[in-house]
Order: sequence, then structure tokens, then C-alpha cells
Amino acid sequence: MSALLFLIPIALLLGGVGLAAFVFALNSGQYEDLDGAAQRVLMDDDLEGDE
Amino acid sequence: MSAVSETTSLQGCPSALAPPEQSPAIDPTPHVRRANGEERLELAIFGAKCAACISKIEKAMLGLDGIVFARLNLSTGKLALRWREGAVDPREVTETLAGLGYRAAAFDPETLKSDADEEGRQLLRSLGVAGFALANVMLLSVSVWAGAGEMGAGVRALFHLVSALIAVPCALYAAKPFFNSATAALRARSANMDVPISLAVILSLSISIYEFLHGGEHTYFDAALMLLFFLLIGRYLDHRLRLKARTAARDLVALQSISVSRLTENGVLEPVLAREIQIGDRILLSPGDRAPVDGIIEDGLSDVDQSIINGESAPKQVAIGEKLYSGVLNLTSRLVMRAEKIADDSLVAELTRLVEAGEQSKSRYVRLADRAAALYVPIVHSLALLTFVGWLTLSDAGLRVAVVNAVAVLIITCPCALGLAAPAVQVVATGRLFKSGILVKSGDALERLSEVDLFVFDKTGTLTFGDMRLANSEKISGEVLQQAAQLARISRHPIAKGVVASVGPGLVSKDAVEEVNCGVSGIVDGKPARFGRREWVFELSDDTSAHHDPDETPPAAEAWFWREGASPVRFMFHDAPRNDAIETIEKLKAQGFGVELLSGDRREIVQRMAEIVGIKKWSSGLRPTDKTARLENLAADGVKSAMVGDGLNDAPSLAAAHASLSPGTAADASQATADFVYQGDGISPILEAHMVSRKARRRVLENFGFAALYNICAVPLAAFGFVTPLIAALAMSGSSMVVTLNAMRLARK
Repeated sequence: MSALLFLIPIALLLGGVGLAAFVFALNSGQYEDLDGAAQRVLMDDDLEGDE
Repeated sequence: MSAVSETTSLQGCPSALAPPEQSPAIDPTPHVRRANGEERLELAIFGAKCAACISKIEKAMLGLDGIVFARLNLSTGKLALRWREGAVDPREVTETLAGLGYRAAAFDPETLKSDADEEGRQLLRSLGVAGFALANVMLLSVSVWAGAGEMGAGVRALFHLVSALIAVPCALYAAKPFFNSATAALRARSANMDVPISLAVILSLSISIYEFLHGGEHTYFDAALMLLFFLLIGRYLDHRLRLKARTAARDLVALQSISVSRLTENGVLEPVLAREIQIGDRILLSPGDRAPVDGIIEDGLSDVDQSIINGESAPKQVAIGEKLYSGVLNLTSRLVMRAEKIADDSLVAELTRLVEAGEQSKSRYVRLADRAAALYVPIVHSLALLTFVGWLTLSDAGLRVAVVNAVAVLIITCPCALGLAAPAVQVVATGRLFKSGILVKSGDALERLSEVDLFVFDKTGTLTFGDMRLANSEKISGEVLQQAAQLARISRHPIAKGVVASVGPGLVSKDAVEEVNCGVSGIVDGKPARFGRREWVFELSDDTSAHHDPDETPPAAEAWFWREGASPVRFMFHDAPRNDAIETIEKLKAQGFGVELLSGDRREIVQRMAEIVGIKKWSSGLRPTDKTARLENLAADGVKSAMVGDGLNDAPSLAAAHASLSPGTAADASQATADFVYQGDGISPILEAHMVSRKARRRVLENFGFAALYNICAVPLAAFGFVTPLIAALAMSGSSMVVTLNAMRLARK
């Protein structure tokens, strides 16, 4: 049963990391333009510039 | 409304279509905001749809000298721009965009403040917190349920303690949207769905804490969180639907705040906003501009499109001294007008007020879910009370058991399914209609459309194409048609376009010249020819034998074609009904709906159209207020009407009707007002919109029925004390899933 003493905090920590990542994504505007993000991956003009 | 229509089309993105429709570029100068040595501008872009659009627009913007930031948000259609103060002429921006084929509208800086979707973010944050807490608490709860009998009281207490530490703060945070709405409702001395939700959350948390402190076996931390998690999903879906509708409406309002060219005393043009115009200001109207206020023409002679006022599609010539109402579209040559009223007193502003009045009456509509809640809340609360009193008086189990069981009733009946029932169906229905090219503005629009029993149509642009089509092509020889088209192809006048549309692509007379307000002249097949206004064409022809056939019904408009050596030929134009108009109206009648035609056009034209499409009840010569009055009379008689219209003059009646539909070619204000906007050349999408909303209504009612059935089974169990947290969790997630799956059935055709 002593395993619980570190398993529960680990579970909470992992969940907390997920939550923090979600809140970070939300606050940095990553949910503002879901359609645009889906389309922007298809843009390849950044490749031409490098070559 | 043809002249507006071509530019508002939402179909296809310009990046995929060759040459874009010309649209006048607006001057966004008055909308630029200055801060910290930078200038910012936000524009609504119409027609951007794909990755190519994004990169085309952003590259073109960054290509303009001085622009440091350009980003297009594809979901909202907003383009944000920044540049160093004075580095860019805002006009250049919109001209570049128009050159690419995208129409842009600038926002009033005042409306921008409410732009950030704070409510949506709050809901998502709540959803994230509830999800996090639910996952962790479930982990602990499942261990407790699975370990029943083997788990020691100490470990169980530890698990309950950890659950409480996670659940209480998280639930209180995640439930904020419900608490706020519930307190607002209670303050207004009414109860909405959020009251029992808040109560159930608070009670299940408190009873769980009480149980934990007294070493009890059962806690409901997971139930409280699961409730919140499911309901927040429903709430967020609902919010997204509303937000989309609001954004669409605001973009269209932004289009109306197009700036105006004011002529100062020394002849300089300056861009101003329509609401800054003073009485007596001189305003320049180029072809393609709309009059921003009511006024008198001071200089110029031009054809104008007055369909905004009377729904008449034929262009009308206006000259010095004539009155011009706001919203009238200038077609052919420049006009100078003197303002007689300010924007707030002008016709368009009056129409806007009528629209607002109509929308207010619409907001009194009570949604199905709220009607269900009004029925549900008192029943559930009395059942809980009954349980409490029953256990207290009829059994000797004591106060604690009575409270626990009463709370169990509240938790298990909590409207999880009810909260999801309507939004889930509406999201699926909206998505299905969207695939067929029908945009739904709000969830309750579906409910309202499913209730109507009368369809009211506007004529011009709704039942008809709304532009001038050649009516007597069978009487004109093919050769003459081709010759006239050679001249007509250089003009953008509605009548010329009507000829070109019936003939198709072909030769253009090389030396054709358009004479403003007269027509087109040029050399056709080696001989001089003219196509245009009667008097002008007859100047050259010495042949006076051309006659009007007295039997003919007067056309909406006419033009004459003359070529040296032949007598002039009369071209007649009318506004043709849409291809599926007759069929669609027949189907509506077959389904038992009333059909009515309300038009502002001339009596004989309306009568003819009504006969063609088979509508028995029609009225002509109606002003916008007459139309709304008719709808209000109908409503007073208990008839729920759906208005289908496209003109700006229809906007007030669209707002006043029980439900409203508008074609994608409609005036901006009408699209903003209508509940549904459909694309395509026909009116048959009305049938589909109605069919899907009927089905959606059935699904919502089925879901409510299911929720009721579930409660009938669950309440006795809870009331008699058989509900453990495990059963509560299974029942709640099970019912939510059934409701969602039932909604998904709607996606199938």
C-alpha cells in the first residue's frame, strides 16, 4: 500500500501537466483559428525560401 | 438586388476561380487605430477558404511596403494588420485585396472591444479543469468500488480525502458558468436549468464531505464532476453555435459601415464614415456606390437600382433635383448628392430599427430545452422533498439517511441528458445543413422553422433571379442577338448583362463605346450600330415603323438595337423565376403549407409572377412596413410564418417572421437578419432546411422522452435508497451517451 504514497502524487502530477498544457494552449490563442491551423500545414512556401 | 449579390457570394474561394468579380474597394481610413507609433487595422475578409487564400493574402499584405504584421484568421475571416505610423495608405490595402478578388469590410473600432470570445475560453477552461479532476477522481472512485470488502477503512478514507481535495476546488471552479447563470435567474425570480444543476453540484459535494467526515462508505465527488463535464460539453457546443451566428451578423453589419466620399468646399474628396455626414454635405457617388443618407441629386445623370425601397429590379434613370434614398445603388455614372438627412434619420437607419424591433420580439421565443426545464424543475424538486419527508416520517433510519436519499434523487435526476439533448442534436443538424450549403444562424432557428405553417415569399431575387433576363429572345433572330451582344459585352449595365447571359460568350465589337446613360455604340459586322435607350437609338434611325405590340404585357425594362440598313429591334427584359420555383412551391403546398407572395413591385408584374409560380395569395406595391404589418397580423391570428426574402427592404420582415430564410445572394443586412442563408441558384434548399429542422425537433423530443423515461426508472431507485455512487455514475454517463448517439442519427441522410 505504500506504493500509493507516490503513485497518487504521480497521477495528479501527470494530470496537472496535461491541464497546464491545455490552459497554456488556450491562453496563447491556439484555439482561436482551428480552421486556419488545419490549412496552414499545407502551405509549403517556406521550403522554397530556404533552398 | 443583383448588383450586391455578385460580391457577397460565399461560394468558392477566389484563389480557385478565374477572374474575380470586380468589387469597389472600400476606404478603411476612418477605421485605423493608432497606438505606440503603430497603426492597426482589422478587416473582415469574404471568400477566403483555403491555404492558398491565406498565403496569397498574407504575402500580398506583407509585400506592401511598410506592413510589419499580417495574419488572417480563417475561422473568423478576420485579417489583422499592423504597420508603422504613416507607412501605408489604408486604401492601398483594400485595393490590393480587391485586386486579388476578396471583398473586405472594416470594423467600427467600437464593435471590436467585444471581440475576444471570453465566454468561450471560460467554458473551455472549465471543461479542462472538470476533465482533469474527473479523470483523477474516477481513478480513486473505481478503486474504492472495486475494492469493496477488501479495502480497509483507512485506505478508503485516504482515497476519499484525496478525492475531496481534488474535487471540491475543481468542481467549484468548473461550475462557475452554471452558478452565475443560476444566480442571475434566481435574482430575476425565475428558475432555469442551471438552478437544479447548481443545487445538485453543491449538495453532492456537501453530502460527500459530510459522509467522508463521518466515515461513510459512499461519496459522490465523481458524480458531481461527471455532471459538470457532460453539461459543459453541451454548453460549449451551444456557445459555439451562437458565436458563429453572432460573428456572421457582425461581419455583415461591418459591411454597411462603408466609408463615404465627401466633397469639401474646395473640391477635395475626403473619406468619412456615413454617420459623420452632416445635413448639407455634398457626397460623391461613383458607379457601384450606395447612397449613405437620403438626399437630393445636385449633379449628374445616372441609372440607379432602387430595389432596396420597392423591390423593383429594373434600373431607373435619375437626374438633377430628384430625391435619392439611402441604400439606393448607383449603377452607371457619377452623381453628386446633397445630404438632406443624417444617417440616423435616413431610410436605411429606419429599416435597421425595424429589424431590431423584430429581433426583440423573436428573442421572446422560449427554447424547447427551457420549456422542458420549466416543467422539470418543480417536479424534481418536489420529488426530492417528498423523499426527504418520506424517509423522515415513515422510517426510523434518521435524518442522515433521509438527506442522503433526497440528495441522491437530485443528483440522479440532474438534467445531464436534458442539457445535452438539444445542443447535440442542433450541432449535428447544423453540420448536415452546412454540407448542403445552408448556413444556420442559431439552434433555436431550427426549432422555430419546424413550427411554421405558412411560407411567405418576396418576389425579386427570391422567387426570381433578381436580374434582367431577355424575355422575347424567340422573337429576335439569332443574327440580331449576336450583333447586339457584340455591343452589350463591353457594358456592366444590368440590361446589357441580360443580353450577354442569354447569348453566351462571343465576339466583342472592337470600337464599341459606352455612352453613359444612353447605351453602347460601335461598328458591328462592318456597319454602325447602337444598343440602348429608345430615344438615343432612334436618333440615328430614320425608320419610325418600329411599334409596340399593344397586346404585349409591359416588360420590366426594354432596350433597342439598331444597325444601319435595318429597322430597330425591341429587346424586352423581365425578371425570370428561378428554375425550381414552381416545383418547390408545389411541394410546399402538397405538404400542406400556406404560400403567400409579398412584393413591393408593380401590380401587373407581381400578378404575372404569382400566376407563373402558382401562388394564389399575393400583394403588390408593399413598403417594408406593410410587409411587417402583414406578418404581424398573421402572427396575431396565430399563424406562424417563415419569411423568405433577399432585399434590404425585406430585412424588417425577415426579423419579424417566426423564422426566416435568405439566399446567399441577398443584401448583407438581410443575410445578417435571416435565420438561414442558403446557397445555390434555386429555392429548393428551403425544403431541405425545413425537413432537417423537423427531424431535429423530433430527435430533441425523443431525447427529452428518453430523459423522462430514464428518470421514471431512476427516481424510485434513488428515493428508496438503492442508488450507490457506482449506479449513479453508470446511469448518468449511459443516458448522456444514448442522447448523443440518438442525435448522431440525424447526420445520416
